[in-house]
Amino acid sequence: MIAHIFADRCIGCEACVAACPTHVLDPGADGVPVIARLNQCQTCFMCELYCEADAIYVASDQRHPEWIDPDTLAASGELGSLRRGYRWTRENSQPGSLDQFWRLGPLLREGAEIAARRYRDRHPGQPDV
Amino acid sequence: MLVIGGGMAACWAAIAAARTGAAVVLVDKGFVGTSGVTATGGPNHWWVPPDPVARREAIDRRMATAFGLADPEWMARIIDVTWRLLPQLADHYPFATDGKGGTFYSGVRGPEYLRALRAFATASGARILDHHPALELLVHRDGSVAGAAGYARLHRRAWMARAGAVILATGGCAFRSGLIGSHTNSGDGYLMAAEAGAILSGMEFSTAYSLSPAWNSTRTLPYFAARFFDAEGRELDIPPPMTGTPHLQALAAAMLAGPVHADLADAPQLLKTILRDIQPASLTPFERRGVRLFEERFEVKLFGEGTIRGTGGLRIVDEHCQTDVRGLFAAGDAATRELIAGATSGGGAQNSAWALTSGHNAGEGAARLARSIGRRAQDPARGTGQAGLRPASAVRAVDGQAVLRTVQAQTIAYDKALWRSEASLVASRACLDDAWRELSHHHHADGLDQVGARELAAMTATARWCIAAALARDESRGMHIRTDRPDMSLDKAFRLLTGGLETVWTRPETPAAQSRDTSIAA
Repeated sequence: MIAHIFADRCIGCEACVAACPTHVLDPGADGVPVIARLNQCQTCFMCELYCEADAIYVASDQRHPEWIDPDTLAASGELGSLRRGYRWTRENSQPGSLDQFWRLGPLLREGAEIAARRYRDRHPGQPDV
Repeated sequence: MLVIGGGMAACWAAIAAARTGAAVVLVDKGFVGTSGVTATGGPNHWWVPPDPVARREAIDRRMATAFGLADPEWMARIIDVTWRLLPQLADHYPFATDGKGGTFYSGVRGPEYLRALRAFATASGARILDHHPALELLVHRDGSVAGAAGYARLHRRAWMARAGAVILATGGCAFRSGLIGSHTNSGDGYLMAAEAGAILSGMEFSTAYSLSPAWNSTRTLPYFAARFFDAEGRELDIPPPMTGTPHLQALAAAMLAGPVHADLADAPQLLKTILRDIQPASLTPFERRGVRLFEERFEVKLFGEGTIRGTGGLRIVDEHCQTDVRGLFAAGDAATRELIAGATSGGGAQNSAWALTSGHNAGEGAARLARSIGRRAQDPARGTGQAGLRPASAVRAVDGQAVLRTVQAQTIAYDKALWRSEASLVASRACLDDAWRELSHHHHADGLDQVGARELAAMTATARWCIAAALARDESRGMHIRTDRPDMSLDKAFRLLTGGLETVWTRPETPAAQSRDTSIAA
């Protein structure tokens, strides 16, 4: 669930308020959005992806809120890691960011075949699965 | 004309309609770009070159796994439309290499795909209104659809739109299982359509699941080669993923007995080095929890997919995806996907092609209809919303959390979904009828709370249709497994319709509408 919005990094663009598909955030009086409905957070990380200021941190557990220490986190280099992984700016992607994407299907099938082969080895004589 | 929904089917519908010159407004509950299960995913599309032999073979292969309920003409249509349309997104989506010197079109990454579809829809002339959940449909005196009404949740005010045609692309229903991206998928379109007189089909095919770490639903790419262990570290004997139901049943049985841990040491070596380049968000839940994905065991869980990867949805009566209500169209997971997937999930590639094509066809058909009859803005119209908006009896407080727990316990709970029987389904029906009576008679909300009230009503109604259809289909077919009827009946190769609110009904689709499809399937 969304854990923290860093007021010192937030630029008040409210892109996260719009981008959150489940209406977790409200605009804040001081320009920094407010986490108003945490129970509706599905931990999809989309607010982070749409935050160009890297001012949002979503903790990984979707079942309950987690407390994080903002100072430790700010120092960790983790802020913005998801957006860097996607190589995103809001309007564009950096060149080459999807060059490996075609491998998704082949790697998925390879994983499934590894599991099928292992199962066959463990159950010799059974019909193919 | 009006499009309700904000995922890929809704966008393709808005694009198709706007490109015919129609005035198009798209309203989404969330944000077009992040709403729904495609935005957080990475859909592959059914992709077969325009070679008649290759296409026939592709269709034959899928007919063989559809258990007699699919339609080869619909399959041909979605292959063709997908092949022609997807590359048209190139001005907005950064299509990259296919690794063989060409361009990779068939697979797209969710956030970039939805961002591109939003840009394409806007460039085509559609007007997008985010955070405008629809609460009910409006109908004319003649029963045809007249528009919709809802609540603009960022502006905190009601909205109403009159339209010559309405497309529901509101997605499926995962009953708040926690499945990634599915919080918005609460079956809203099913409920609104049923209140306006539409009927549903294939709701018994609603028992799909996805594997993920227990604390955060992700995409499933990393887990296909997983080995599984119980809490004592004993390896579990789990049939491989492609076996479908046996894989799910073995995992679910183990999870009902205690925690199950996955070990990804066997995963493809290349996957371990490039997963971040393909699916950055699949690593985040591990890194932020301090778990080394491919080196440490971690607890896993099955997240219910309901009618998202299940196939059930609104019945459509023509190639433009019109429902049984005139002027009301359905696309994507809001519509039944039996036409192309039958009694099985269809898998991502087929399902995305369905969402694209049904969206496109609905967009064209709805635009044509809207142009021929106009908006009829002066004709009287009435709101059709009931549960949560216009309760049948005295308003009183309803424990919404308790209702949701009941709905989940009868739908996505492993024991109920993967081992159905007449006895368990009859018990589920009684629980859900009670929950529905409570909601429809007494639940009432105002303002922003209307959104949650209607989502709860939609999930409860959807659960009732799923259970009723599962009870009526007294056989096993595809993903629908009845422990008391383990075999498939030769005389039940028909699609099963369901509907009704106060009283839920089921009946086979008429033989006349079915005979053509099943004869070809046979």
